[in-house]
Amino acid sequence: MKQMGKLAWALWFGYAFLYVPIALLIFYSFNESRLVTVWGGFSTKWYAELLQNDQLLGAAWLSLKVAAMSATASVVLGTVAGLALARFGRFRGRTLFGGMITAPLVMPEVITGLSLLLLFVALEQAIGWPDGRGMTTITIAHTTFTMAYVAVIIQSRLVSLDESLEEAAMDLGARPAKVFFVITLPIIAPAIVSGWLLAFTLSLDDVVVASFVSGPGSTTLPMVIFSSVKFGISPQINALATLMMVVVATGIFIASLVMARQERQRKRDEQMAVQGG
Amino acid sequence: MIDLLRRIGLWGRGVVVAIPYLWLLLFFLVPFLIVFGISLSEAMLAQPPYAPLIDWLLDEDAGTTKLQILLNLSNYLRLGGDDLYILAYLNSVKIALVTTVCCLLLGYPMAYAIARAEPSKRGPLMMLVILPFWTSFLIRIYAWIGILKANGVVDNLLQWTGLTTEPFELLYSDWAVYIGMTYCYLPFMVLPLYATLEKLDPTLLEAAADLGCRPWKAFLTVTLPLSLPGIIAGSLLVFIPSVGEFVTPELLGGPDTLMIGRVLWNEFFANRDWPVASAVAIALLLFLVVPIMVFQHVQGRQTEAGR
Repeated sequence: MKQMGKLAWALWFGYAFLYVPIALLIFYSFNESRLVTVWGGFSTKWYAELLQNDQLLGAAWLSLKVAAMSATASVVLGTVAGLALARFGRFRGRTLFGGMITAPLVMPEVITGLSLLLLFVALEQAIGWPDGRGMTTITIAHTTFTMAYVAVIIQSRLVSLDESLEEAAMDLGARPAKVFFVITLPIIAPAIVSGWLLAFTLSLDDVVVASFVSGPGSTTLPMVIFSSVKFGISPQINALATLMMVVVATGIFIASLVMARQERQRKRDEQMAVQGG
Repeated sequence: MIDLLRRIGLWGRGVVVAIPYLWLLLFFLVPFLIVFGISLSEAMLAQPPYAPLIDWLLDEDAGTTKLQILLNLSNYLRLGGDDLYILAYLNSVKIALVTTVCCLLLGYPMAYAIARAEPSKRGPLMMLVILPFWTSFLIRIYAWIGILKANGVVDNLLQWTGLTTEPFELLYSDWAVYIGMTYCYLPFMVLPLYATLEKLDPTLLEAAADLGCRPWKAFLTVTLPLSLPGIIAGSLLVFIPSVGEFVTPELLGGPDTLMIGRVLWNEFFANRDWPVASAVAIALLLFLVVPIMVFQHVQGRQTEAGR
């Protein structure tokens, strides 16, 4: 029991370590003073200034577009990849495929960024596409490294899932495509949603890969934040960070509420089915 | 008939796998080959700034063309001959190792406490660990600047308590980099640790206690060895990306915080020497091949165990 007490302390220390910096950031975003860490009274003027910063708003819009497109593409590719790894058994080239899926999870970003840029340059020389670098190249790059996360989420969800439902549908004469869309897809829907959200946040967060593969006129939000942070801290960035965190927290909160409700519904349906049968 | 259906099924599967497969081949594997190729070329003032490896030379006298392939090892020789690069590699490994150990020391008790909590509380407690991971990496690093700088939160606190009278700055030092990287990579450590610790059978510890084993010894001889897969997976998940980390040392480290990700970035963006940047990337990749393969092995085994 005494040991559990010490463990609880370790846990709370860990949480404090994780959350105190974020709490301070939010706190100082309402600071009147330009000196970020000297309290000068409550104010929301940095939020107002933020909304007039056109460069920042433009970058944010570009980032949101890139994140939405690459998250959608990586969910499609990642779901197929996860399905192949979990359900197709051994096929030719599976080892290489599995390797290419998991390696981007740990690959240092500078390597991913540099290698994709050199590919785009070589492709442009050879076939004239992509013509210059910008939104397309950033989207492709983000899709490539986020689909690994989606594939791993989908794969682990499918592996822990009972195959008998799919087999039953097959026995009843459903074609593989129908089995996928009617049985498998609804079951893994929560995993797909969390995969999309994760891919979206990872894309919205990336500064290194985007710096390599972006061209003039296509500066993403993290690139703007990065360059302004290098010149020192500013209350505007605090306000921006607070807004981003509020948006992310709301998104996750809603998603988890919806998923919890669906889970309850599913359990109720299962119980009804068992009792009815 | 069944055979035919099966053949169509297999063919359909092949088409389905082909899409992500080709995508990864084109955008993940082929780029490495190009990086390798360019690491063997020579830098020059051109667009793009390197000499082509393969060139068709027109022979005026004979009226034929000759294929010329120029391989240039000088970029690698420069890596081996210049202390800057070797020091940067060594320092990156040192910083990544310290980060991994810090994450392990902080993350293990957390994962253990969550795994030992009541089942209904585990989900929310784990959610609290993952939540910061969903907020921007860049902004989490940025938060530490305000805490560690001179006249920042830590400095003000120390002066207020009278522990220091001089302005005290942790920012722009290796310490700041350790703190920032531990902060950012902690969830990557806790997740796999929790996954293995949660599956651990508590009756094993009860059996050890019944046989007169002290809690600490039971931990060292039962829990720790059984959680080894989680320790390995978590450590690799922290260590491998840490070696190539760029953002944290750039924002929190001092000018002398040498890390290989930073060297690569400067060679590419400041010096515009694409071949040397490529050689740095290839050398880093060769160093990381073994840890990455171990990680894939552990990852594969864990997914298999989920069955």
